[in-house]
Amino acid sequence: MKQIILCYQGEMALKGLNKATFEASLAKAVRFRLRDLGEFKVYKAQSTLYIEPETEDADMDEAFRRVSRVFGIAAMSRAAVCEKDFDAICAAAGEYLADSLRRARTFKVEAKRSDKRFPMKSPEISRELGGYLLSRFPHLKVDVHNPDLTVMVEVRDFAAYVHGDKVPGAGGLPVGTSGRALNMLSGGIDSPVAAWRMARRGLALHHIHFASPPYTSERAKLKVKALAQIVSEWTGSCVLYVVPYTEPQEYIRDHGPAPLFTVLMRRSMLRIAHQIAESIDCQAIVTGESLAQVASQTLRALACTDEVQPLPVLRPLIGMDKSEIVATSRAIGAFETSILPYEDCCTIFTPPHPKTRPTLEEIRAAEEAMPGLAELEKKAAAEVERIRIDWQDEVEYLE
Amino acid sequence: MLHDETLHYLDNAATTRVDPAVADAIRAAMTDLWANPSALYTPGLQAQQALGKARAQVAKTLGCTPGEVYFTACGSESNNLALRGAAVARRGWGRKILCSGYEHPSAALPVEQLGKEGFEVDFVPPGPDGRIDVAAMADRVDKGTCLVTCMQVNNETGAVADVETLARLTKERNPRTAVHVDGVQAWLRVPAALAGVDSFTVSGHKVHAPKGIGALYLRKGYHIEPPYLGGGQEKGIRPGTENVPYAVGLGEAARLMAANSRERKARVAALNARLRQGVTALPEVTVNSPDDAVPEILNISLNVIRSETMLHFLEQRRVYVSSGSACSKGAASHTLAAMGLSARAIDTALRISLCGDNTEQDIDELLTGLSDGLAKLARLR
Repeated sequence: MKQIILCYQGEMALKGLNKATFEASLAKAVRFRLRDLGEFKVYKAQSTLYIEPETEDADMDEAFRRVSRVFGIAAMSRAAVCEKDFDAICAAAGEYLADSLRRARTFKVEAKRSDKRFPMKSPEISRELGGYLLSRFPHLKVDVHNPDLTVMVEVRDFAAYVHGDKVPGAGGLPVGTSGRALNMLSGGIDSPVAAWRMARRGLALHHIHFASPPYTSERAKLKVKALAQIVSEWTGSCVLYVVPYTEPQEYIRDHGPAPLFTVLMRRSMLRIAHQIAESIDCQAIVTGESLAQVASQTLRALACTDEVQPLPVLRPLIGMDKSEIVATSRAIGAFETSILPYEDCCTIFTPPHPKTRPTLEEIRAAEEAMPGLAELEKKAAAEVERIRIDWQDEVEYLE
Repeated sequence: MLHDETLHYLDNAATTRVDPAVADAIRAAMTDLWANPSALYTPGLQAQQALGKARAQVAKTLGCTPGEVYFTACGSESNNLALRGAAVARRGWGRKILCSGYEHPSAALPVEQLGKEGFEVDFVPPGPDGRIDVAAMADRVDKGTCLVTCMQVNNETGAVADVETLARLTKERNPRTAVHVDGVQAWLRVPAALAGVDSFTVSGHKVHAPKGIGALYLRKGYHIEPPYLGGGQEKGIRPGTENVPYAVGLGEAARLMAANSRERKARVAALNARLRQGVTALPEVTVNSPDDAVPEILNISLNVIRSETMLHFLEQRRVYVSSGSACSKGAASHTLAAMGLSARAIDTALRISLCGDNTEQDIDELLTGLSDGLAKLARLR
């Protein structure tokens, strides 16, 4: 039986004159993701994206899994395609959903007739198909309020489609439709979640990581690479920029006041991130900061870091609790990697008592006493390592 | 290293490079002696003979009979098998276990577990010099002590325990008490000491054989209760079709190590002297190993730079050592902690461990690296 994947748009359907641009991006993203799985026809109609295999051997399971990670799709279903003929619809429903119907105790039928030339009206289709299924699966009972299974029939322009319950898609907007940003990836729990959230709002992302060998290890770097790889299932291929940060970090530690170390370091990192972002045409910087989670994320500290460079700093986790961040981290499969115990650049040299309410005056004074820092930052940015992350590569397993 | 001048591998207590001659012997056994040694036909017999030869080679280095050597998968398995097997077999009359306070986890954890299962466990810590006072340890043996265990050479500091004296004093107090010795770091480095010892663990990958093979000495007539049941291989002590190629490798490694023993020991002792002299010249550094530790292992504390930082710094020069502690977020070294060292000393500890393939150049590269690192790296406040 011929199958098809139906992708329902969420907020994209509400867009005005831009809608076509979003839809074209989504279709392009889907086509790109399915490239190596066989021939697919991807087209849109009635705020729905149709993914139709054109070869017998197309891997529909993998196609469904991949599409479930494409942003811009609110819900999805895998449907059987049949002729716009009531007998054909009954046969398709009975056969295609046989397993689910056997497992379910209660069901209902929901019909949607957007092709008004079809002779039966929606309630009639529901009623008649329900009757047919009851006769074929006599153990079933109808429950229109809380059924185990909803059999859905859509009579559309090209054909009729029969499927079970819709499943949620990845949501959001197609990657790239909102522009491009540079995400600061530390290796902890928060930054991959931040990347995922911003990509979901349509940002194309690259990542930047600060490595301080020998204070941080090769394993820490591989862990960050693995995190970028995990997130790339959603964000798509990207580049991970690894900044050799040892010298600026040592310099700040040796020349700056200890209580201000973290804020001074964050400022320094943002300056470098800005240099990289400019060079690759990124219009924003993304961080995983959550208000008051640590000393460098208090309101005062954030104010101190914001002023060092002109790009907007997007902080999608700013109002989230750690438990919510962890839940998302688990959901996107990053958590187990994030908690591997390799020390990253954010945790070395941290003073025992960091200042939680730094003022711009004292920060600026501290930086004036560090005349050599700019040169070291420039050097670090120039020596950045580019690591290409291909979304189709395997995640390196580190344990 | 002898085979590669730019490689300075000084972590031989963690594992050793497989000797190419051992690898050749294993490869030959894998492709030629693949029959099941229990099979009754000729190829099976040939595999069995190879196994017997390997057993005899290991026995020769231990000064025991081949019938007292049982092949296992690793040192950890040997320790678990011996400790649990001994305690379970004696629980009818004895419920006390005496254990040194600096055992490898593969001995300490099985003993702790036995403690949870109703045995009374007594850990005897080393003194501040890193040594176990075996006489004081043996004094704690009484008629309810079913098992005493102590490693012969400590894996972190290289401290040597006089296990023969421990065994003798133990048996004087209670002849029925079983004595187990973890000899993983001691085997082929210090003379085998099996007088009075009932079981003794050795491992392949510390002596230039691969990981995945070990052996357990069980004194003839000594009984343990084996945890696994199966096809009766290794006299039922460790059932499972024998790993003939790796056993052959273990035998070959033992033979090779024993053959160049005198020359190797002299070489390593000279390297150790050079190393000790070099680290003593670094004002910040303190030595944690006892003066009479085996020359293969030297444990030091940098006191001003964290182990991991120095480790990665040295790594940039292809100098490889290990940190005293497992990892920054893991538990601190329990041997150094048991010796009563400060948190700072433990957090900055490095273990340098040598083998016969090391050269003076390796030591000099390490000493230069330590000295440069101490000058350059950011110090702990």
